[in-house]
Amino acid sequence: MTTTAQAPSRVDAPPVLEVRDLSVTFQTETGSVSAVDHVNLSLAPGEIVGIVGESGCGKSVTSMSLAGLLPRSARIDGSVRLQGQELVGAKPSALRAARGRDIAYIFQEPMSSLNPVLTVGRQVAEVLQVHERLSRKEVQERTVELLELVGIPSPRERVKHYPHQLSGGMRQRVMIAMAVACSPKVLVADEPTTALDVTVQAGILDVLRGLRDRFGTSILIITHDLGVIADIADRVVVMYAGRVVEQAGLHELFERPQHHYTAGLLSASPTPGRHAGTHRLQEIPGLVPVLSRQPDACTFAERCPAASERCSSKAPPLEPIGVGSGPLQAHEHLTACWHPRGDQPPQSPEAGR
Amino acid sequence: MSVFKRRAAQDDRPTAGHVPPAVPAAHGNEVVLELQDLVMHFGAVRAVDGVSLQIRRGKVTALVGESGSGKSTVGRCIVRLVEPTGGQVLLNGADVTHLSRAQMREHRRDVSIVFQDPAGSLDPRMLVGDVVAEPLQLQGGRRSRQERAERVTEGLQRVGLRPEVARRYPHELSGGQRQRVSIARALMSEPKILVADEPTSALDVSVQASVLNLLADLQRDIGFACLFITHDLSAVEYLADDIAVMYLGQLVEQGTREEIFARPRHPYTQALLAAAPVADPARQRERRPVLLGDDLPSAMDPPSGCRFHTRCPLAVAQCVEEVPALRKSGGAVAACHFVHEDGSAPDIRAGHATSAVTPAATTGSPA
Repeated sequence: MTTTAQAPSRVDAPPVLEVRDLSVTFQTETGSVSAVDHVNLSLAPGEIVGIVGESGCGKSVTSMSLAGLLPRSARIDGSVRLQGQELVGAKPSALRAARGRDIAYIFQEPMSSLNPVLTVGRQVAEVLQVHERLSRKEVQERTVELLELVGIPSPRERVKHYPHQLSGGMRQRVMIAMAVACSPKVLVADEPTTALDVTVQAGILDVLRGLRDRFGTSILIITHDLGVIADIADRVVVMYAGRVVEQAGLHELFERPQHHYTAGLLSASPTPGRHAGTHRLQEIPGLVPVLSRQPDACTFAERCPAASERCSSKAPPLEPIGVGSGPLQAHEHLTACWHPRGDQPPQSPEAGR
Repeated sequence: MSVFKRRAAQDDRPTAGHVPPAVPAAHGNEVVLELQDLVMHFGAVRAVDGVSLQIRRGKVTALVGESGSGKSTVGRCIVRLVEPTGGQVLLNGADVTHLSRAQMREHRRDVSIVFQDPAGSLDPRMLVGDVVAEPLQLQGGRRSRQERAERVTEGLQRVGLRPEVARRYPHELSGGQRQRVSIARALMSEPKILVADEPTSALDVSVQASVLNLLADLQRDIGFACLFITHDLSAVEYLADDIAVMYLGQLVEQGTREEIFARPRHPYTQALLAAAPVADPARQRERRPVLLGDDLPSAMDPPSGCRFHTRCPLAVAQCVEEVPALRKSGGAVAACHFVHEDGSAPDIRAGHATSAVTPAATTGSPA
């Protein structure tokens, strides 16, 4: 089961996106908050990587820092390379050119990302006008094509509609059309289906998968929902309190979670069939800490069932676990834990109360 | 128990007024709350359009549907935050549909509600202790400060909060703690029914688990009946005794949890179950959800016949013309022309209506 056919990602090709030692600190009135701490991750061409974690884990801050979307109060250290081009510290003009053309975003709430007083056609066309040299007619044609591509029925009519005339799912499809208008290499989808109903969510995930299959778009999907991850990701990065605590191929992660936070998340997620008769979900006691600075300790230690003294005196490095590592470096199973779970089954009761 | 006067079905309304009880009488469970042909229209919007539902004493009934299905409006009608346009709400057999303001005070003791967003439903300027104590005023009678403080402490401890929390403001608490405060407050008047309207949707996975567990524990210990309103079928599998599924203001299927999960009959229920992603890649990738298309039709102008026919891959001419009545099928009721009494039902994934699933072996489900 561990070697189920991987999706058509070319893991041996050089990554389109490479993040090295990315740290983000916010200066606030009440002091500084460390949101992201030395995060490393990479995205291969045509690969779908999921970042999973709860609110406050730094997953959205990580994604927004990639193309300079954070406010000025954020201090960003480290390196983000998009097709070899360094984005951290790049000029605003360079970032503007990269956004939309090389890297594009879709967010959770399509209604607040769309302009309510412009037709959706005009908003999709704007992206094309900014980045591509096309005649008006070509722009029109391309706009209709894009709406069709993301599965909007009767696109020629829909271009004339305003956002409020569309359902939530249709709006999110428009957002995706805008994001992929200039065929970006990397699409960052931050909780793209969280505001949508399950029946609509399935359709949106299908559109994203289609983009990868047809155009080889690499997708970084940020979600708190392990069901979405299971549906679409090739590889998973688990974040906790600003750090990457585990990283592995999809099946490997779900079958042999090594970090106790990953295992806790897995057993806390309601899964049909698993809970029948048990009448209880596993819980993770405690809360995600807000850190003014990153301690030299495991930040999950106080909620962890396996914590020892070592965990609170030294931060565990993100290292390969030795098993499951193949020739492909990107598919190594990494975890930052002094007491990895080894071969314990994913839902052993120890992970809970 | 069932001595309620049933209203005759109105000809112009699509649902049948006489709905066979979904839960077999063999269960011997009393009904604490009954909705009879409940209608709630907001102007032209037909939010709830003829819903009949029974909630068993001391059991958890999950009301499931997409946004816009009218499930929250049903909850608000029960708590009487809105006055229904038509139909009846019967609490222990007594009609509470159109109570006066004075009578509402009584009613509010028996029926409590917990909302989705605890940040929006707790007064930010009230101390947690005062928030929790407020329902005590409904009960009348004079209480000393000490008595009141004791009740608050008891209420907070019941939901796993320390008594000191009483002196904090809601903004000082985490989302999960705030939702615990909402639950403590809702249970203060010892209600017969708790309406929980998406109580965990705004919470993180690990916190969600602890709040769901808390609700399950309290429900078992105290024994109130609970109407758990949710869009997430997987969240109710281990919590609900009965499940009712709504679509566009109407009930499409109702039955025990075992029946609904093992043999969903209505194509919409099947689509909902198939669409919810499973946190298990091996299983998830085998499942191919049935894509329904995005658009829930407008509740101002619902489709003719079966309201689901515009999105149903199995729809035939009959579905466009005729309104399907809720009819009994094995251990559940469903409103679909292809669901039959012998338990045979359409299979949405097979793509056509003729392939019925194997008739349900009517097993006495362990409730």
